Amino acid sequence: MQKILLQIARVGTISEPAPAVDESLRQIAGRLNDHVLRFLGRALAIRHVDAGSCNGCELEIHAGNSPYYNLEGLGIKFVASPRHADLLLVTGPVSRNMAEALRRTYDATPDPKLVVAIGDCGCTGGIFGESYASCGRVANVIPVDVAVPGCPPSPAAILQGILTAVSTGGRSVARGW
Amino acid sequence: MKPSLAGLPFAPIAGAVPAWRAPVDERAWRAAFEQAKLAGGRLGALWASDDRDRHGGFTVSALLALHEGLACIELGLAAGSTKYPDVSNLFACAGRMQRSAFDLLGVRAVGPSGEPPDARPWLRHGAWSEREFPLRRDFDSASGTPPGRDDYAFVRVEGEGVHEIPVGPVHAGTIEPGHFRFSIVGEKLLRLEERLGYKHKGIEKRFESLSLEDGARLAGRVSGDSTVAYAWAYAMALEGASGTQPDARALMLRALLLERERVANHLGDLGYIGNDCALSFGFAQFWRLKEDVLRANERHFGHRYLMDRIIPGGVACDVDAAAAQALTDDAIRLKEELRTLRRIYYDHTGLQDRCITTGRLAPATAARLGVVGLAARASGHAMDARAYPGFAPYDVLKPKVISHRNGDVAARVVVRFEEAFESLRLQRMILKNLPAGALRVPLPAMDDPAFGIGWVEGWRGEVLVALECGRDGCVRRCHPHDPSWQNWPALEHAVIGNIVPDFPLINKSFNLSYAGADL
Repeated sequence: MQKILLQIARVGTISEPAPAVDESLRQIAGRLNDHVLRFLGRALAIRHVDAGSCNGCELEIHAGNSPYYNLEGLGIKFVASPRHADLLLVTGPVSRNMAEALRRTYDATPDPKLVVAIGDCGCTGGIFGESYASCGRVANVIPVDVAVPGCPPSPAAILQGILTAVSTGGRSVARGW
Repeated sequence: MKPSLAGLPFAPIAGAVPAWRAPVDERAWRAAFEQAKLAGGRLGALWASDDRDRHGGFTVSALLALHEGLACIELGLAAGSTKYPDVSNLFACAGRMQRSAFDLLGVRAVGPSGEPPDARPWLRHGAWSEREFPLRRDFDSASGTPPGRDDYAFVRVEGEGVHEIPVGPVHAGTIEPGHFRFSIVGEKLLRLEERLGYKHKGIEKRFESLSLEDGARLAGRVSGDSTVAYAWAYAMALEGASGTQPDARALMLRALLLERERVANHLGDLGYIGNDCALSFGFAQFWRLKEDVLRANERHFGHRYLMDRIIPGGVACDVDAAAAQALTDDAIRLKEELRTLRRIYYDHTGLQDRCITTGRLAPATAARLGVVGLAARASGHAMDARAYPGFAPYDVLKPKVISHRNGDVAARVVVRFEEAFESLRLQRMILKNLPAGALRVPLPAMDDPAFGIGWVEGWRGEVLVALECGRDGCVRRCHPHDPSWQNWPALEHAVIGNIVPDFPLINKSFNLSYAGADL
């Protein structure tokens, strides 16, 4: 126990500030109203779905959970079921073998919900494209609010995409409820 | 030295690893496997190709890993024939490979009775019809094929109190998709049956639309966590086929990249194993260290996972004196950090209690299933393609092969720690003695058909690439083979008798690739 405490004290706090929102990543504007976004932005539950990636994007989502990126400090939490989620984080070109599972996951996520597509494959189908086995980009299967390019996108870029999805774009929102 | 399989007309395959190929007929196909089995060999990979434009029929190929090197045997089926002899009773891991060959090409492995040992599909779910075979050259990839039926018959365990837990394909964490069917009594696992193939996205078909050069990029995206190993194996195959010899500096830099990939993955797994034992301290510490490695990769090589840094003919990055010093300092620092964490992991009663005897893969089971890589080494089999056959530059580096006999989660933890230390030592050796030379030598124009083999020990195990070059510099057929093909069935055995809550821990201790084996 002493060694663990010593190590924790020695390393200290290494978390870095969150990236700024980038509205150019948004695919559909105004899908959710600003009131909802403000609520989601304070405590966001994310369900990750790998719809057929090479697993590179998963590495960066894992890396986003490292202490360098203070996800929980930003109110972001990964949850085990789509029924608990506000936002789906989808990686990969959607393989045809996963298309049905992705649709069902989307349907199981309660409204209001957001979808962020991760990586070049999620954005465009990437190097795998569309074929007998691949449906291509995520937006070919479910609606996508924000798409984050990169092969794979860095944890900061993924975080930026998530924060963009729940951003009201700087618009002020009336309080009182 | 030629492979010790008698009576086969072996011809050497040019390249960085000792390999030979021989055409065989149906009788010799079975006989070659029987001899390989007696000689202590393993099945490396099995795949099929559409060669109707060449000899009128399909071809089934296998890579047998023998003491002498790799023997590639090729069975050309007669025109109109779609059956060949089953070998899954000799090498258990052939089962899923044979089923995949049927799904993609319609060639069926059959036993003496004329029936397949397992007629269920593997890669084909409902995405295409059971009468279509995507890797046939007359299959139109662009056509929207009508979906086929998808009713998979799992093996049912019956008895008083037995019930099933179906899990996936969408899992509860950030995990790749796959389906696990657990049959349990109370907490105890009686049987696990895996159903994979959810990530099948037509990689082998995609290869056939690419030039040999562009194929390297796709090879690096078969399994993202092993991008360096795949890119190297692909480059090795292409260089062998084209008679290209990369420079000594390029080879050393490749080894540096491969060892950095190994360390990064081992750090991540050690963190997650701590996490799955409820020691979140371990997760935070190891993922801090992994992030440091990834950031250094970005700084010095231009990509966090080193994608596309290995290219046919050499490498697309370099290390100057300042970078070599910085990377050496990093390696020394990381070694010290790892020592501290190893002490904490080994002294932590709760962690050890969860890991010792959990998920045991006995050495005999590992051998029977043809398990490879890290999982094999943790179950008493000291195999490592870096040491044997020891492709360049590992013939000079002489890596120490780490192994353990217990085969449990704890053994796989020990192997990861010790391999990370060895890998850091190799990195320092490489950085100290980097030879001068060209980063990339140009590949000659490839107008004629040629064949090459790549064999690289990635962090998870051996990555094999069989590459057939067509005319005009295009890929005719490429089969990339992940060690997960062999190791997934071993997970089904390792979990037997364990409790359900230990499954995530056991699974993580193997950390197999779904993408790599789903293709």
